[in-house]
Amino acid sequence: MNKIIFYNIFRFIVLVFIQVVLLKNISLYNLNMPLLYILFIFLLPFNTPNWLLFFLSFTIGLTVDIFSDTLGLNAAACTIMAFLRVFYISITVQSERLETEVTPNLSTMGFRWFFFYTLLITFLHHFFLFFLEVFDFTAIINILIRATLSTLFTVFLIFTAEFLVYRKKVR
Amino acid sequence: MNNLWRFISKYNALFLFIIFFVTSIILFIRNNDFQRVSTLNTSNQVVGVFYSKVNNVIKYIHLDTVNKELVAENMLLRNQLKASHFNDSVVVNTVTDTINRVQYQYIAAEVINKSVNSRNNYITINRGSKHGIQKGMGVICPTGVVGIVWNVSPDFATIQSVLHQDTKITSSIEGTPYFGPLIWDGENSQIATLTDIPNQINLKKGTKISTSGLSVTFPKGIAVGTVLKAGVKGGGSFLNISVKLATNFYALQYVYVVKNIFATEQQDLENLNKTQGNE
Repeated sequence: MNKIIFYNIFRFIVLVFIQVVLLKNISLYNLNMPLLYILFIFLLPFNTPNWLLFFLSFTIGLTVDIFSDTLGLNAAACTIMAFLRVFYISITVQSERLETEVTPNLSTMGFRWFFFYTLLITFLHHFFLFFLEVFDFTAIINILIRATLSTLFTVFLIFTAEFLVYRKKVR
Repeated sequence: MNNLWRFISKYNALFLFIIFFVTSIILFIRNNDFQRVSTLNTSNQVVGVFYSKVNNVIKYIHLDTVNKELVAENMLLRNQLKASHFNDSVVVNTVTDTINRVQYQYIAAEVINKSVNSRNNYITINRGSKHGIQKGMGVICPTGVVGIVWNVSPDFATIQSVLHQDTKITSSIEGTPYFGPLIWDGENSQIATLTDIPNQINLKKGTKISTSGLSVTFPKGIAVGTVLKAGVKGGGSFLNISVKLATNFYALQYVYVVKNIFATEQQDLENLNKTQGNE
């Protein structure tokens, strides 16, 4: 239990650091913006209570916001993301599994489940984020293009990070 | 009461979602207000110190371009020096200059954090109210305009850059008397739009656009950019001019904050017109 708490605190700090120092400055043609820090929310253990899940999502969003002068923007998108995570996991994972401390990552859940989990939730997170930022229905095509390209970039980075720590036969 | 409690705990995810989502939306909307004073941004002490540490590492990468810009600027300034002009008068006497009073002072600052890719972009510098920086001052760099000072703390200040939907910089076309606000549409970090220019004038690609000096923020003649193309939008009588910005926001490292000594005097006078006009 202590090990899991330690890992998550470590992950929080490392991901926020990478996001605000490195990834914030990367953009291809102003369309493609990777947001790797959301990996923290994906990797919280199954038995995290809902209030803690929402609180941590809100906190990591707010931390990134403070560093990029967009107070409330990432926090709102991360809250939506936490809600989607609760919903997605409740319909795809057996209930006895939900009581365990298992971290939902590539090694424990397999490629297919993890791929759809990250792809769907990342896309919706990015879409809400870019939509809230611009808040204009006439720019919807531009927002969709930005959300799609950024999702591909973010998911690619998430899988790169996951393969770095991938261990076979944990299941 | 018991039923209500059971109902809330059964759908706790939904209620938690509503609480946190509303909180963040309130933060987001309040943050958009230009007049707001907040500490949760990069002019805050902790975040500012963090970014200046990071910047100590990053600035080495840009040394080459910064040097070139400074050499070009030094050349320009050296040409304006009295010592570089030939003087054939014999009489030497000291004259107290009462005609040329200093109107603009420049405060040099280092960029310690910036964003370029968002819809609304900000820049953080390592100078603040201790060094005489106030909200609303203009910010320029050796190549062109950068933005307007937004929030100020004792040691740091954030700048609302030209790449922001609320920034409007009054610019004029060199060689013509016409001027209008320059706005950024959020598509490309190198291109902005100059509006409110009457459509009877012919513009060539490459014509220079500079600040008009009509507002108190910027002195006259600071480079803004060059004309890319001009076209009439939607049958109106005004031109919409695409302007290639002179400033490269990606390579921005050192900036100057412009302090207009006559700013309050001019603003007080102009406000007097408004109050008397309303009576």
